Amino acid sequence: MRQVDYQEIVETVAQMAVAANIKLPLDVEQAINQAAQKESNDLGRYVLKQICLNQAIAEKEEMPLCQDTGSAVVFVELGQETQIQGGLLDDAINAGVAKGYREGYLRKSMTHPWLRQNTGDNTPAIIHLRLVAGDCCRLTIAPKGGGAENMSALAMLPPSAGLPGIKDFVRQTVIKAGPNPCPPLVIGVGVGGNFEKAPLLAKTALIRPLGQPSPDPEVAALEQELLAEINQLNIGPQGFGGQTTALAVHIEIFPCHIASLPVAVNLNCHVSRHVTFEL
Amino acid sequence: MTIHLHAPLNETALLSLSAGDLVFISGPVYTARDAAHQKMAQMLESGRPLPFAIRGQIIYYAGPCPTPPGKICNSLGPTTSSRMDIYTPALLAAGLKAMLGKGRRSLSVIEACRQEKAVYLAVIGGIAALTAQSVLKSEIIAWPELGPEAVHRLEIRDLPAIVINDCQGRDFYGIRGRRTEDGGQKG
Repeated sequence: MRQVDYQEIVETVAQMAVAANIKLPLDVEQAINQAAQKESNDLGRYVLKQICLNQAIAEKEEMPLCQDTGSAVVFVELGQETQIQGGLLDDAINAGVAKGYREGYLRKSMTHPWLRQNTGDNTPAIIHLRLVAGDCCRLTIAPKGGGAENMSALAMLPPSAGLPGIKDFVRQTVIKAGPNPCPPLVIGVGVGGNFEKAPLLAKTALIRPLGQPSPDPEVAALEQELLAEINQLNIGPQGFGGQTTALAVHIEIFPCHIASLPVAVNLNCHVSRHVTFEL
Repeated sequence: MTIHLHAPLNETALLSLSAGDLVFISGPVYTARDAAHQKMAQMLESGRPLPFAIRGQIIYYAGPCPTPPGKICNSLGPTTSSRMDIYTPALLAAGLKAMLGKGRRSLSVIEACRQEKAVYLAVIGGIAALTAQSVLKSEIIAWPELGPEAVHRLEIRDLPAIVINDCQGRDFYGIRGRRTEDGGQKG
């Protein structure tokens, strides 16, 4: 049995929280750069160039890319042969989030749902744990802004809706969201599973590297088709018009009940943040 | 032509703006989000004075990251404006002249902008390290207990923003799609 120290998780999560909020993954940076070269709408291109400039300043000044440093969504892949020593995994992650958000001067955005009292340290994190083979401890932190999360949606479609229904729901979610979720978007789609599984698939889809298609050729074709259609909606960067409405559409599928066809669309803003680290 | 706006705003400058214009904003602006709006709405209802004299002023829907020692302002950018829609007509009636945020407004806000000769502008979202460079000064003037939702008085210089809703009732987002009553957009 491999031992991983509680305190090591705390320190790692703290550093990851700060790093994720300051520097975008290279694939996202490149996708925005490429879009800035191609965008033909003047205002749209202006926005994309400002986004590139922001990345440079955030990195140089070590400032958050966006003031909304998000809810701390943490994915853990924990080997079955790994044991956490010195405390509980959830506690270690939460302590790391609190430390990172405090020491990194990140905004604390977590609050009681209706009393609206801020918890003060951006905890609790939203933790998704998966037990896997071996003795790894792989952590991914994906800070998620409120604006794009608010425009995300779940539909429990009738099976008769089929593929056209799935496509229509994705398209309508993007149209309804318009400028609000800070396009250009990364669009995570979860199809199948059930009421809680579909949104989790959609969230997981957001973490896949941009430009990496689904391994299932049929799903990959659907991703390309939806991306092309969405980029013809003329929503554009920040909703000011143009062909860069989305940088990618990522779809994850899962079998579902004979009575159901759940579809979840999780929109991410252009500040599509995530950092992975293996302890 | 580059358009500059200086707060406090005069109506003449606002009347010449059109939906879609890129403008650069300077002067004092006041940050307020959901919680501050709720409090200000209650104050207006009960006839108490707001934490700042609102006539001719600009409200910025924004909640900054905490400021590290030695810095003027940490990352700061717009939040989704539609959450403030229900509070906005009363603030416009009280003399508010411009709002900075991102995303769509309701039809009642668009109409209130037309009636009160006020404007709504979008600041680019998600580039808060860059937009914070326009901030020359920042101080909390009300409700520090609200943390990121406290009201800050900022002194800004040349913050770029796009006119979304002008004094004529035009809507830059709506120009490219039909509007629904709740501020959503039909395909």
